[in-house]
Amino acid sequence: MCIFAPKFFKIMSNHIRLSKGLNIPLKGSAKNQITKTVSSDIIAVKPTDFKLVNIKLLVKEGDIVKAGTPVLADKKRPEIVFCSPASGVVSEIIRGEKRKLLEVRIKTDKTNDFLAFDVPNIKTAKREEIIKSLVESGLWATIKQRPYGIVPNPDVEPKAIFISAFDSSPLAPDFDFALKAEFENIQTAVNALAKLTVGGVHLSFNPDNGSSSPFHRLENTIQHVFAGPHPAGNTGIQIHHINPINKGEVVWTVDMYALAAIGRLFNKGIYDVHKTIPVTGPRAVNPSYITCLPGMKISDIAEYIDNSGELDVRAISGNVLTGENVGKDGFLGFYHNQITFISEGKYHEMFGWAKPFRAKKFSVSRSYFSWLMPKKEYSLDSNINGGERAFVVTGEYEKVLPMDIYPMFLLKAILAEDIDKMEALGIYEIVEEDLALCEFVCPSKTEIQDIVSKGIALMVKEMS
Amino acid sequence: MKVFKNIIDNIKPTFSKGGKLGFLHSTFDAFETFLFVPDTVAKNGVHIKDSIDLKRVMTVVIVALMPALLFGMWNTGYQHNLAIGGTMGFWEMFFFGFIKVLPLIIVSYVVGLGIEFAAAQIRGHEVNEGFLVSGMLIPLIMPVDVPLWILALSVAFAVIVGKEVFGGTGMNIWNPALLSRAFVFFAYPSQISGDKIWIAGLSKGEGIIDGFSGATPLANAKAGLEIPSLQDMFLGLIPGSIGETSTLAILIGAAILLFTGIASWRIMLSVFAGGAAIGILINLLAPATAQVGEIGHYMALPFYYHFVMGGFAFGAVFMATDPVTGSQTNSGKYVYGFLIGVFAVIIRVFNPGYPEGMMLSILLMNTFAPLIDYVVVDRNIKRRLKRAALKK
Repeated sequence: MCIFAPKFFKIMSNHIRLSKGLNIPLKGSAKNQITKTVSSDIIAVKPTDFKLVNIKLLVKEGDIVKAGTPVLADKKRPEIVFCSPASGVVSEIIRGEKRKLLEVRIKTDKTNDFLAFDVPNIKTAKREEIIKSLVESGLWATIKQRPYGIVPNPDVEPKAIFISAFDSSPLAPDFDFALKAEFENIQTAVNALAKLTVGGVHLSFNPDNGSSSPFHRLENTIQHVFAGPHPAGNTGIQIHHINPINKGEVVWTVDMYALAAIGRLFNKGIYDVHKTIPVTGPRAVNPSYITCLPGMKISDIAEYIDNSGELDVRAISGNVLTGENVGKDGFLGFYHNQITFISEGKYHEMFGWAKPFRAKKFSVSRSYFSWLMPKKEYSLDSNINGGERAFVVTGEYEKVLPMDIYPMFLLKAILAEDIDKMEALGIYEIVEEDLALCEFVCPSKTEIQDIVSKGIALMVKEMS
Repeated sequence: MKVFKNIIDNIKPTFSKGGKLGFLHSTFDAFETFLFVPDTVAKNGVHIKDSIDLKRVMTVVIVALMPALLFGMWNTGYQHNLAIGGTMGFWEMFFFGFIKVLPLIIVSYVVGLGIEFAAAQIRGHEVNEGFLVSGMLIPLIMPVDVPLWILALSVAFAVIVGKEVFGGTGMNIWNPALLSRAFVFFAYPSQISGDKIWIAGLSKGEGIIDGFSGATPLANAKAGLEIPSLQDMFLGLIPGSIGETSTLAILIGAAILLFTGIASWRIMLSVFAGGAAIGILINLLAPATAQVGEIGHYMALPFYYHFVMGGFAFGAVFMATDPVTGSQTNSGKYVYGFLIGVFAVIIRVFNPGYPEGMMLSILLMNTFAPLIDYVVVDRNIKRRLKRAALKK
């Protein structure tokens, strides 16, 4: 490792071992091979991807857009825009109930005509110039602010910036493979981000991709190692152990794909958000990687959907823990770096709860005899395997949450809309994904991420 | 399977809202979900879920109770046989006990589930699974000769006052099963106390050998009388409530609960630790010159005897570990369990009236569990505040 060590490289002794968590043995992990480059006819920009942003529509049907033309803006902060990922014509604007804006569909012209941005040289650029470029290009939205996991306010300097160099969630992309060609871009992005905070850019690895990861060579980073099962790869967990967020503090998180896009902006002056992401899941045919744009139509990769079998397929933009059920006619979300196909669990299982053995079902508890097959991978489906109940069993959430937080008490504070308690119990330190495993293991089938979302929405409303 | 499904699907409209029997939809739903795991699918959020649900949790507890129940049935026959000086064989004894115990179980479930269904019906909720376990626990902590009407009343009291008024399963403050036992104990002391109730047929006194006592080891220990050997008490060949006598059977249940991860090892372990700690302390404090029958004499009884006498083990494994009424934080569970053990032994040794302390000890700590959690959570809050203060 030392031979690669440039002068800015900091070897940190930050090796943190987490014992709590869970790797769900789900079938359908992608092999490291790119099997398709998707060229979509229709691309959608979805306002619903941007949490708690009050959206203003900037285009109308028939408008011609380039890759990088703003399509949406934040009503409150109009300088923050969300751009078209491809060039073409705005073909349709889809609204839902109460005229809620759902999708801006763009018919692509397949020329990849990029809007040219005037970007500063990273080496000499000032903080303001970098922020201006990021905001102007629409890439600002790729950065997320903690607390709350929302698009940050450009006027607030973050305490530090956190990036996870690995994704530990089920069937997650292997960054070392998917982004291996992007090293230079990512380095540029890191250099740019490093100018935006005095706290440094923190990059966390896991011991498996540890020394072999090309991203160990990234300069200008403070590096950490997180060993242990999911959610060790979540930035929320990493921040909690590196430098927890206190009241009044703000940190940013950026994912590796976003870094690549930010790097391309500063290296080439274009809004190029294409990404190489895995198509995964028990109902995926030939699970492997594809190159595509966010907003890609799921039906563009219909050949990866396994339509055999009695059960319908659920198409998830993202992973099984935090993704969105977009349907086979839906579109890939802006923040999602993975597509997962699972079975829709619309069936009744006779005496399922009473069977000693349920070979097709996984349980972290040993109340079924599936513990006899620890190596087995499961084709899990969307059936919730029970009915919703009040909180009864205790201590289960703590087993999968490596944080000094009492999840059940926090959830109850949210349900009671008790702002002071939520603040005291750690609402600033979590976003939905951090408690996703709690939701997975919950025997009462509580919709925990939904509760967290409500809590965060309430905090944003009350604190602004 | 298809046949059942078709029947259910055919009659479902009748029981759905707007149907002829629509007011019974909770009841119908309970039976439907009992037969079939519902086809509910995840919305957004987590798209896959662990296969465990509350029905499964409760089922595992019931399975864990089976050794104690089966042994209790056999022991009912065994004790009766001793009392009449009879010559019953193994199966005869078991069958005798089975006949004695089965009505208790039936009454407990019929009354309890009846009220649960009615309550769910009134609220329009799904029927909760909680009583599946309570309904089995209640007969197991009753003396075998408890009159059925008293049992029925106590179950009704436990379910209505102990649970439904608080909002049903998950909302109650006290363990419903122990509440029913406490109700019997305090409401019917004349029917349910003394040495005659622990063995089937003893209270009627027909065919009993002269001078047969039938007192539990706890009562004997208190009175300074001879108690059975440690081994007999461990195996459970002693009079007592139906399910509590055999520490061995209970430990098998404990193993099931701990291996499956259903019950908290923290609570179980700390109940025994608490009992041992205070027991050793009491042993050390015991005056050397105490006469038989004095408290000092009882104080000298080696502490581990408390684990095999009375309901200590049963309480530690099946009652204290109730997640709803126990402490909900992991560190709180240590304190909660430890104090249960401590108070149980203190009540046993120093309280002049009642020989058993486990029931009251657990109910007492049920009351204090929220306070323990409050302190634990408050420490977490303070840690977070301190961290913020250090920064500045």
